[in-house]
Amino acid sequence: MSKPVLQVTNLKKIYGEGEATVHALRGVSLTVQRGDYAAIMGSSGSGKSTLMNILGALDVPTSGRYLLDGVDVSGLSDGQLALARNRLIGFIFQSFNLIPRTTAVANVELPLAYAGVQARERRRRAMEALDVVGLAARADHEPNQLSGGQQQRVAVARALVTEPALLLADEPTGNLDSQSTDDVLQVFDDLSAAGRTIVIITHEDEVGARAKRLIKLVDGSIVTDERQSPLHLPPVGAAMAGRHAR
Amino acid sequence: MNFVEVVRFALRGLSANKLRSALTMLGILIGVAAVILLVAVGNGSAKAISDRIEALGTNTITVMSTGRGGSSSTSLTRDMADALVDAELAPDVRSVSPVVSSSSATMTYEGADHAVATFVGTTPAWFTASSTPVGRGTGFTSDDVDQGRRVVVIGQTVAEELFGGIDPIGEQVTVGGALFTVVGVLEEKTSTGFQDADDTAVAPLTAVQQVLTGYGPLTSIIVEANDPDDVDAVQSQVATILNQRLDVPESSGSTPYRIQNASSLLETQTETADTFTTLLGVVAAISLLVGGIGITNIMLVTVTERTREIGIRKALGAPRRVILTQFLIEASLLSVLGGALGVAAALIGARFEIVGVTPVIVPSSIGYAVGVSIAIGLFFGGLPAARAARLRPIDALRYE
Repeated sequence: MSKPVLQVTNLKKIYGEGEATVHALRGVSLTVQRGDYAAIMGSSGSGKSTLMNILGALDVPTSGRYLLDGVDVSGLSDGQLALARNRLIGFIFQSFNLIPRTTAVANVELPLAYAGVQARERRRRAMEALDVVGLAARADHEPNQLSGGQQQRVAVARALVTEPALLLADEPTGNLDSQSTDDVLQVFDDLSAAGRTIVIITHEDEVGARAKRLIKLVDGSIVTDERQSPLHLPPVGAAMAGRHAR
Repeated sequence: MNFVEVVRFALRGLSANKLRSALTMLGILIGVAAVILLVAVGNGSAKAISDRIEALGTNTITVMSTGRGGSSSTSLTRDMADALVDAELAPDVRSVSPVVSSSSATMTYEGADHAVATFVGTTPAWFTASSTPVGRGTGFTSDDVDQGRRVVVIGQTVAEELFGGIDPIGEQVTVGGALFTVVGVLEEKTSTGFQDADDTAVAPLTAVQQVLTGYGPLTSIIVEANDPDDVDAVQSQVATILNQRLDVPESSGSTPYRIQNASSLLETQTETADTFTTLLGVVAAISLLVGGIGITNIMLVTVTERTREIGIRKALGAPRRVILTQFLIEASLLSVLGGALGVAAALIGARFEIVGVTPVIVPSSIGYAVGVSIAIGLFFGGLPAARAARLRPIDALRYE
């Protein structure tokens, strides 16, 4: 077995001081293997967003150890963290977070630009990524010309264009209607079937049900961690008929 | 991530907000152009004034009577003028020109008539002393003055008014009922303000006294010094002689004459003009400052508004340096472009006359205005960008 994509041990995050101290994470330990599709569920205030931010190297834990693709992230400098975010992680946010007034393809190219990829190569890979999410025809549209579901699929394309070790999605369907939710989840299923490692954070049962592994977080601690389908097989969602017309 | 790439990002950032970028540049443009133009106008008017005074001649002094048609004992006479030519008492005097002038002479030629603004009666030395050289024809001689010959040298305006196309030299004109022969035309002078300097005629002193003014007191005496540096010496020498002649006691504060010194006038006027230029410069600097505050405001808003975008970029792996560079380039492009357009606008504006003054650009004002606007743009564009780039990505992303 290769080294795990993600390995956290006894992760703690404390906000505030004295009376106002909030224990957002109370010692979370978690290992995600390559090719896994894990959903982290929890109600609001359970610490799942904090966990997501730390896993995404956007925030630092108060204590604990975090190995991302074998690299200890907690010891990295600002510049090295930027590099880690660029090469190892693909982000998908609840609010899409596309750069406004910038075309879809330019948005997808952005992480490649920061990685120093040549313009021609960048364009080719961005178009490929857009093709994967089924939006190659909309490459020249700006975010405000796209529907929510399409924007989120552009965001997915942007996340996977650098071929990161880990795709990290924070409530990716939180702002979408059910049809768009289906579209986006189908993309995740396909990506998982293609062998991508995905960690998705959600509070929707429907989303959690399609993952291979379901982790429940309550009050900053993991309470259940169950495998819904085997690691080496496509996720359950992908089996549910190829509705994703492409 | 190379530099060209960052520049391209910056350009894309600017073009994403065309209106705001244009307005920011407009603010810088106006500030820069205002500073350069206002200073140029101040400088231009100062130059115009000093040119005017220099045209009067910097090595001459003018003696005028202060007693208005009073008793003959205090008025200037031909004798006094002659007394000023004295190698002993006044060694620095080159020439003395007694002047009578009339402002009510009408000149007639073959039915056409023209009221000459100033009809001057004087001696030949006047032409050099007052820096009014004869352009065509000749002046008159001392002999003409002694004999009281009726010859006249006319100004450009008079020549055009009376003779139109034909050559006036040798023609006869009537002034005050007497015939004068035109012997020359004065060189055209640059206008010295409200009065047309070319609307003049010059004739021998005696002839003018005979025909127009009578043998009363002189209007003034123009004394030319050997050298512009000797003007002050000449002034005291002239004063000494006049005091003797007019019996003015040593201690008396007031004299019946007044001595006007062009170089001291020039000094005073230059000082005044400098004050004026400084004043305009201050006004312009304030406008640049206000413009700068505008730039600051827009830069702050731009960067604050884009904090979230900065967060997204950081989440996608943009290093702090790249983000900072992008925003600095955006800010400097705006201020450099706006500044350059401002300089262009000022240079174009300086080609036109503004409130009667031809602006003369002060080169240092260009550097100063552009420098300040770029500094403001960079500082206030860079500062919030640096702050935003330092934010943890999660805080920048949460920023609303």
